[in-house]
Amino acid sequence: MKERLSRETIAMRAAKELFDGAVVNLGIGIPTLVSSFIPEGMEVTFHSENGVLAFGPVVTAEEAAVKADIDLVNAGGQYVKPLPGMSFFHHADSFLMIRGGHIDIAMLGVIEVSEKGDLANWMFPARGVGNIGGGMDLAFNAKRVICLTEHTTKDGKPKIVKQTSIPLTAPACVDLIVTDLAVIEVTTAGLVLKEIAPGWTPAEVQHLTEPKLIVSETLREIEL
Amino acid sequence: MAINKICETFDKAVADIPDGAIILIGNFAGPGGTPYYLIHALARQGAKNLTIIANTAGGIGLTVDYEDHRILFENGQVKKVIASFPFSTSASKPSPAEKQILAGKVELELVPQGTLAERIRCGGAGIPAFYTPTGYGTTIAGQKDVKWFDGRPCLLEKAIKADFALVRAYKADKKGNLVYRGTMRQFNPIMAMNARVTIAEVDEIVEAGGLDPEAVVTPGIFVNRIVKVEENLGFPRHPERSFWVKKA
Repeated sequence: MKERLSRETIAMRAAKELFDGAVVNLGIGIPTLVSSFIPEGMEVTFHSENGVLAFGPVVTAEEAAVKADIDLVNAGGQYVKPLPGMSFFHHADSFLMIRGGHIDIAMLGVIEVSEKGDLANWMFPARGVGNIGGGMDLAFNAKRVICLTEHTTKDGKPKIVKQTSIPLTAPACVDLIVTDLAVIEVTTAGLVLKEIAPGWTPAEVQHLTEPKLIVSETLREIEL
Repeated sequence: MAINKICETFDKAVADIPDGAIILIGNFAGPGGTPYYLIHALARQGAKNLTIIANTAGGIGLTVDYEDHRILFENGQVKKVIASFPFSTSASKPSPAEKQILAGKVELELVPQGTLAERIRCGGAGIPAFYTPTGYGTTIAGQKDVKWFDGRPCLLEKAIKADFALVRAYKADKKGNLVYRGTMRQFNPIMAMNARVTIAEVDEIVEAGGLDPEAVVTPGIFVNRIVKVEENLGFPRHPERSFWVKKA
C-alpha cells in the first residue's frame, strides 16, 4: 500500500493557497487544521460564522485549563485565543460578510464532489439526516472555494464522482480540490490533475477517481 | 415612572408563554450565549406544541456536553423546529430531537444558517421577504420563487416572526439595553429585535447610565424583561466552571 498524505499535510498544502490580507473561513474537519500552517510573514484574517473576525489559534488541550472560555469559540465550538484587532458581530452581519462577497477563501470538507465542482457535504448518507449549518452560504458565496478531503471514502470508494448521489451543498462552486493524493483544479474543460503525492502515478490516482482527469502538462509532485 | 424591566425570577419571566407559541432561542455551537435558566424555566412551566427557532435543536455535542434546549424536546413540548444544525455530529449519540424528527413527532424546517439569520433579522426589521442566492439548485429551493439578479438565480425567502425570544447577554441596564461578551453575541441581538416579547438572561444588571451608550448592541426598546443569573462564573468563563456543562 502506497503512502498517502496525512490530514495535517493536506492542510499544509491547502495553506499555500492563502495570500497576504486574505479573509478566510475554515469549515469543520481538515480545513480547521489550516490555521496552524499560515506561511511566515503573511497576515490572514479568519472569519467564523458565529460572529468573530481575526481570532487566534485553537486552545490546545494543555492550555484549556487556563485559557478555554465559553464566550470565545469558532464555528466548530472549539475554544480559540483572542488576538489584538479581533472583532465581534451578530449572525446577520456575519452572513452578510459571506453573501456580500467579503470572504476571499472558504475551505470546506467533502462527502462527494463532482467533475463540475458540485459539492455535497452536509447530509450524513448513512443516517439520512444532516446539518446544513453555514456551509451552504459559504459554498454559494465565497470568492474561492477550496475543498480539503481524503481522496476516497473509508471503504475505498471515490469521493470525486461524475455525479453526486446525495443532496447538494451548492452546484458548480468548487475551484480547487486538495486531497491526500492530488491537487485538482476544477475547470470548464473538466478536472485538471496539477499535483500528485510522492510515489503515485496519474494512472493510479485516476483509478481512484470516477470522472476522467486531464493530466496537466506541468504536473508535479505536491510541494509544501 | 422610570423604566425598570427587571423580572425577579426566571419562572415569572416565562409564566405567560402559552401553548403553541413560536419561540426564538439564542444558541450556537456551545454553552456560550445560550439562555440556560430561561430554557429550564420554560421546561418547568410546561407550555406545549411550541415552535422552536434556534441554530440547533439542542444536544449536538460538538465539543462539550451541556444542558440546552434539548430538554424541551425530552419533555415533549415541541411540535416544530426551524434550525440550520439540528442533528448531533455523533451517530452514536443522537439528540432527543433527532429521534422525534425521524419518528415524525416533531416537524423540521432545515434552513441554511445565513438564510435563518436573515429571516430572523428581517422579521424584526419590517422586511417581509428577501432574495438570496443561497440554496438555488439544491433541495432547499423547493417551490420557492426564483428571480435572477445580476446574472445570478436567487430564491425568495420569507421573514420569520416570533412570539417570544429567549436571549443571553452579558450586561443589561434597567431600560433593557444589552451588551454581550465575545461570541456569546451570535443570534441573540437579531432574535431580541424580532419577537413580540423578548426576555434576556444576563450576568449583571446596572442602573441607567451604567453602560457605555457607544457599546450598547441591543437598544432597550427591543427588550421586555431582564433576569439576572445568580452565579458568578469569573474570567475566563471556563467550561468546567459553567454549572450547565455536564461533567465527563
